Amino acid sequence: RGLAAGPEMHFGFQTVTEEERREKINQVFESVAKKYDVMNDSMTLGIHRVWKDILMHKMNPSPGTLLLDVAGGTGDIAFRFINYVRSKQEHQLQRKLKHHQNLSWQEIFESYQKDKFNSLGDSQVVVCDINREMLKVGKQKAQHLGYSEGLSWVLGNAEELPFDNDKFDVYTIAFGIRNVTRIDLALQEAYRVLKPGGRFLCLEFSHVSNPLLSRLYDLYSFQVIPVLGEVIAGDWKSYQYLVESIRQFPPQEELKAMIEDAGFFKVDYENLNFGIVAIHSGFKL
Amino acid sequence: GRARANHSEPWGRDGRGGEEEEEEGWHQLYPGHIPTSLLQKALLAAGSAVMALYDPYRHDMVAVLGETTGCLALPNLRDKMKNHPEGYHILQERPRIRLSTLDMARLQGLPDGSLGREYVRFLEDNKVSPDTRMPPKFVDDEELAYVIQRYREVHDLMHTLLGMPTNMLGEVVVKWFEAVQTGLPMCVLGAAFGPVRLSTRKLQVLATELVPWAIRSGLNASCVLNVYYEQRWEQPVESLREELGIFPPP
Repeated sequence: RGLAAGPEMHFGFQTVTEEERREKINQVFESVAKKYDVMNDSMTLGIHRVWKDILMHKMNPSPGTLLLDVAGGTGDIAFRFINYVRSKQEHQLQRKLKHHQNLSWQEIFESYQKDKFNSLGDSQVVVCDINREMLKVGKQKAQHLGYSEGLSWVLGNAEELPFDNDKFDVYTIAFGIRNVTRIDLALQEAYRVLKPGGRFLCLEFSHVSNPLLSRLYDLYSFQVIPVLGEVIAGDWKSYQYLVESIRQFPPQEELKAMIEDAGFFKVDYENLNFGIVAIHSGFKL
Repeated sequence: GRARANHSEPWGRDGRGGEEEEEEGWHQLYPGHIPTSLLQKALLAAGSAVMALYDPYRHDMVAVLGETTGCLALPNLRDKMKNHPEGYHILQERPRIRLSTLDMARLQGLPDGSLGREYVRFLEDNKVSPDTRMPPKFVDDEELAYVIQRYREVHDLMHTLLGMPTNMLGEVVVKWFEAVQTGLPMCVLGAAFGPVRLSTRKLQVLATELVPWAIRSGLNASCVLNVYYEQRWEQPVESLREELGIFPPP
């Protein structure tokens, strides 16, 4: 439901075939890649950063976690993950040192050295995206910001992941699942590549039920966002697609049911900003 | 014809009905047309004005500004064209100035001082091409969309007729001329704010000689959009200037 039956589907408010949809979405992201981050900040007035921070807190990864971030293009989730486990690792180290009050300076120094080479505590994140341009931007950002350890970039399709079964501790997809043509396949793949006990987390635009807020949100989405797209990125059409695709996406309960259909347990969701955005979570048991 | 504004209502999950409504609302009048509501046009006008000032290399923003603010000036221009035999001709035939439609070799072969020869010289000297003009997107009338397209494509010929190069100074002078000629708010804004980025020495020349000349010529000359340039390549530039009423450049 939410997807048209047969070979016809929606691209925003247009009706297209599956092939056309994939191609159109590919073009959208090729076109927006360079200005992706600027546009995110402009459209959400920087709030998307808070949403992603909340996702990371909910995940609460401990050092040693292996994360797969799908549709992770420009690296926002991956970098946050690295920061989070690095700081956790540091805290753990500090706590350890506090307990070793009787160590000589030499021993403390050595202990520091050992853990310095392990600043991430063996945590790793794989960023997987179907679009080369987005990955390119992500890699450049990583270089610019100094992220290299524990980070890898893979070109891949969420509907057919290039990974073995039972590999990852956590699977995230932030603002990506909306652009997947066969959501059911993506969910099945997510289930497949997660280890037993692994967690699925999805951060995505969802539905606002409050009628007043919904109208204001629609007004802002349809009147302001494409204009921002044109003025900042010189690209009205991609941002028109963006706001339309949000309306086409299954609402909270429907997505929850789809996640359960893929085999996940303990599926629930948390609304952020009255449902403008929702985080869905599920576990593979 | 007029387009219905792109006011999209979120439609229900049950498909059919909402879909038809959406397709109707998206009324494309010409290829590249994006129908917009009044609010969207206002936001676009404001946004493009700011962006054009902030980043002068965003020519697309200047174009958008022209389209969203031209609602009074464009019909005016179109009427001027309709009421003039040559202008009427242009509206009927809708000629386009593009590398693919121009016979560059022939124009280069024309005698010095002719419109065709001097136009090609201008393109070469300033390393510009007529193909870089933005097609209109936000004009909600397909005849007016042609008018603004024609205005853009004829811009380089303005440079040729006025003898102005494509540096900031030259562009500002041409904008003053165009502002007087067309009344397009975008030209007025460009003429008023363009000089902001010029040195004081250039500003002096601009204020004392160039702008007064551009204004006088603009007022004196007949409508430059009423000239079928493509049929006048052999005509000497000076003769065309005289015919139009453009005073010789200082």
